[in-house]
Amino acid sequence: MSSYARQIDELGIDGYLARYGHREMLRFLTCGSVDDGKSTLIGRLLFDSHMIFDDVLAATRKASERFGTTGQEVDLALLVDGLQAEREQGITIDVAYRYFATERRKFIIADTPGHVQYTRNMATGASNCDLAVILIDARYGVLEQTRRHSFICSLLGIQHFVIAVNKMDLVEFREERFEEIRTAYADFAARLSVRDITFIPMSALKGENVVHRSTQMPWYQGSPLLAHLETVHLASDRNLVDLRFPVQHVLRPDLNFRGYSGTIASGTIRVGDTIAALPSGKQSQIKSIVTFDGDLQEAFAPMAVTLTLTTEIDISRGDMLVAPNNAPPLSNAIEAMVVWFHEEPLQPGRQFLVKHTTVQTAATVTDLRYRINVGTLHREATGSLQMNEVGRIRLECARPLAADAYSKNRATGSFILIDRLSNATVGAGMVVERKLADDATKRAAGSADAGSNVRLQHNRRIKPEARKQRLGQEPFVLWITGLPRSGKSSLAYALEQWLFDNQRHVHVLDGEILRLGLNRDLGFSGADRWENQRRAAEVAKLNLACGISTIVALVSPLQFEREQARDIVGAEHFLEVFCDAPLAACEARDQDGLYARARAGEIDNVTGVDAPYEPPTKPTLALDTVRDSVDANVQKVIALLRSRSLVR
Amino acid sequence: MTKYALTHLEQLEHESIQIIREVAAEFERPVMLYSIGKDSGVMLRLAQKAFAPARIPFKILHINTTWKFKEMITFRDQMVADLKLDFDEWINLEGKKDGINPFVHGTQRYTHVMKTEGLKQALNAGQYDAAFGGARRDEEKSRAKERVFSFRDRFHQWDPKNQRPELWNLFNCRVHKGESIRVFPISNWTELDVWLYIHKEQLPVVPLYFAKARPVVRRGNAWIMVDDERLPLQPDEQPEMRMVRFRTLGCYPLTGAIDSTADTLPKIIEEMLRSRDSERQGRVIDFDEAGSMEQKKREGYF
Repeated sequence: MSSYARQIDELGIDGYLARYGHREMLRFLTCGSVDDGKSTLIGRLLFDSHMIFDDVLAATRKASERFGTTGQEVDLALLVDGLQAEREQGITIDVAYRYFATERRKFIIADTPGHVQYTRNMATGASNCDLAVILIDARYGVLEQTRRHSFICSLLGIQHFVIAVNKMDLVEFREERFEEIRTAYADFAARLSVRDITFIPMSALKGENVVHRSTQMPWYQGSPLLAHLETVHLASDRNLVDLRFPVQHVLRPDLNFRGYSGTIASGTIRVGDTIAALPSGKQSQIKSIVTFDGDLQEAFAPMAVTLTLTTEIDISRGDMLVAPNNAPPLSNAIEAMVVWFHEEPLQPGRQFLVKHTTVQTAATVTDLRYRINVGTLHREATGSLQMNEVGRIRLECARPLAADAYSKNRATGSFILIDRLSNATVGAGMVVERKLADDATKRAAGSADAGSNVRLQHNRRIKPEARKQRLGQEPFVLWITGLPRSGKSSLAYALEQWLFDNQRHVHVLDGEILRLGLNRDLGFSGADRWENQRRAAEVAKLNLACGISTIVALVSPLQFEREQARDIVGAEHFLEVFCDAPLAACEARDQDGLYARARAGEIDNVTGVDAPYEPPTKPTLALDTVRDSVDANVQKVIALLRSRSLVR
Repeated sequence: MTKYALTHLEQLEHESIQIIREVAAEFERPVMLYSIGKDSGVMLRLAQKAFAPARIPFKILHINTTWKFKEMITFRDQMVADLKLDFDEWINLEGKKDGINPFVHGTQRYTHVMKTEGLKQALNAGQYDAAFGGARRDEEKSRAKERVFSFRDRFHQWDPKNQRPELWNLFNCRVHKGESIRVFPISNWTELDVWLYIHKEQLPVVPLYFAKARPVVRRGNAWIMVDDERLPLQPDEQPEMRMVRFRTLGCYPLTGAIDSTADTLPKIIEEMLRSRDSERQGRVIDFDEAGSMEQKKREGYF
């Protein structure tokens, strides 16, 4: 009889429904080396707690005959090894999620692979788990993989470990062997930050100490695995102190309602509470906590709610609502541990997109401080991080992030790194204590760090409107992007001439002007090129404040860099013009031999050759610079400016 | 439980809402696939909750294979009217023109043309970059490894070896033009959770889930309902009236009923808890071959 049926007999269906409604949820992952018996353990857990349906068991029996490794018995591992590809290879290649429930709890199991190359999947599984079951084969004891998995579980903040010393049947259920392994593991684990470690000797194959207490190991006084999972104390793992509410979605069904939807990352919130919105720092009070099921007086993590405020302050997706006296540090620079997922190694200077809470922003890995040898836990100097390696990085982001240390707040201390071109998720990061981060930050005070003391003083008396009136023009920034030799500068100077002839105040910024002066300290690495463009955008913004238009002609190969320029300048003044010419045409115009030298390998980082170019998806204007003459294209830009009433 | 604790159903609900909102915030053209079944019903309620007091900010789309139970279509139209949904239906007109049906062309070909191809056509036509589906990981083994955000290339294909790692609740929503994400907000719900939630929320479900005397014929291990005159009867087949209900709903010729007297939600839950068979047992399409779901997903099925 299934455990459910037994419960219904006892309680009646209504009693059962009432009780079931109050169960907690526990997420745990199982990890270990290849052949430690993870799948068998999970199969045993489901089978012995009567969670396997007859038709599934019949199908498994059939599969056992074909793929099984257990002779006549049903191979329980086949209950959980799902994909055809891995059944045929006899290994688990991806995280599989399993579900079961007992009288006390609903369980979600993340069954994670043991192969070293699939460590990324283990980190994936661990990121949402409360507890880790780490399998050790009693014959082999603590292995490199055991240490690696334990370290990653600890790195990802799991506070409860169960060390399942499995296959005890193969060591004659000897207590001494169990004690040996316990001692060896405890020595290693002393260097991890895990609150609670429980050791259980078991045999998943024989069902000893999984669901039922072992009769073979009377010397073991503790609980079998399932009983432990049902009772381990979880409530204190949650952070209910620090209010963090990342705004996920702004709800504006009509003019009378403006709500901020999101999931409370940590802390509690009540109607009437004063909150501050980051990064602006503006304050307001909670007017109501809205849900489909009616308004609440109070809400707490991890509830998904909608908040309304007593006053209108400007808040958008990516902002974070916090308590004014308990705000996370706001900084462009982040120090973090990162698990690297991608085949192409991580190298300093690389640019990525960072997704942190509901914020997505561009970032550069400015430093790779060290790699952790997960076998010894020693720090090692390295120039790059290979797939499945863990290291410490410094990240500089285009917009400041409100991040907590991961050890204090999982939701606001975690981020993922996304490759801008392939969109692959290439790494997972965990923010380290910010105080350490600031100490380690060399350029902190000099960079555009929102955490510094530089504040915009509103001492200016001359308003931009007055300057506009004096100069008689509405200034703009025209940002021309395109491959090298696609005709950007020709267009820029011809346009400048026309505007000048028509009594406009305008100025061209191109690569030569910038690099011979303002940006002479910059090279051509990805990070330096990004900085080159950032400064160009800042200069254009200063010009704008003086009432002067700027034509910027820069390759600016990447979408996010151009978006950043747009953000700096302000979208309402920003026009993006794309000089669209195929690479072959640009190479044909290669008078100064730029492409030729790149092709010959003499110079690196030439866009179109060994550095990517992302064409704008929605430019204000796209010009065909092969088909059309410079003059014809100038006329098109003028038509655009006229349509925006920027020239007459 | 303490004051600041959530039950597992509440926790699942809040997690699903977070997923639904994230898609609405990050994608340009999301769409929610509605299959009329109980899982879709739960997903629809979660979408309502995610945006209340505003309306659901995306289209609800039904891929109609033209072989759905009549009661399903009636129920669907009622839901669309009651919830004032921005609703669309898609039928693979080529398949319909060719008269594709499960009896003549076999279940595999029929499913491929009317479901998978129909779905792909609809997604292409709407230029949708994200499509919600009501699939759960506990349904089937290959589903157990499905991501919440399942990446599909521009041919809608799923490559199990090339899925993005998914950590915390930080979902990578980036896609190139033509690529898309299938999003499964109730991935972590089980069949039991779905019924408990329907009970808790008192959600309407298609009456076919409740036991009633219905005209059926025996085919293999399943009772197939004679829903309309299109079901070709064998010479020896005589429809009989039996108390039956459906644990899962799809196309009526492919969906087997079970003998049952469960005509209320608590009775359904009780019956399910005491059952010795999994819910997909009534579905003909998964039994065609080992790994059949995996194969269908690679081709673009949900």
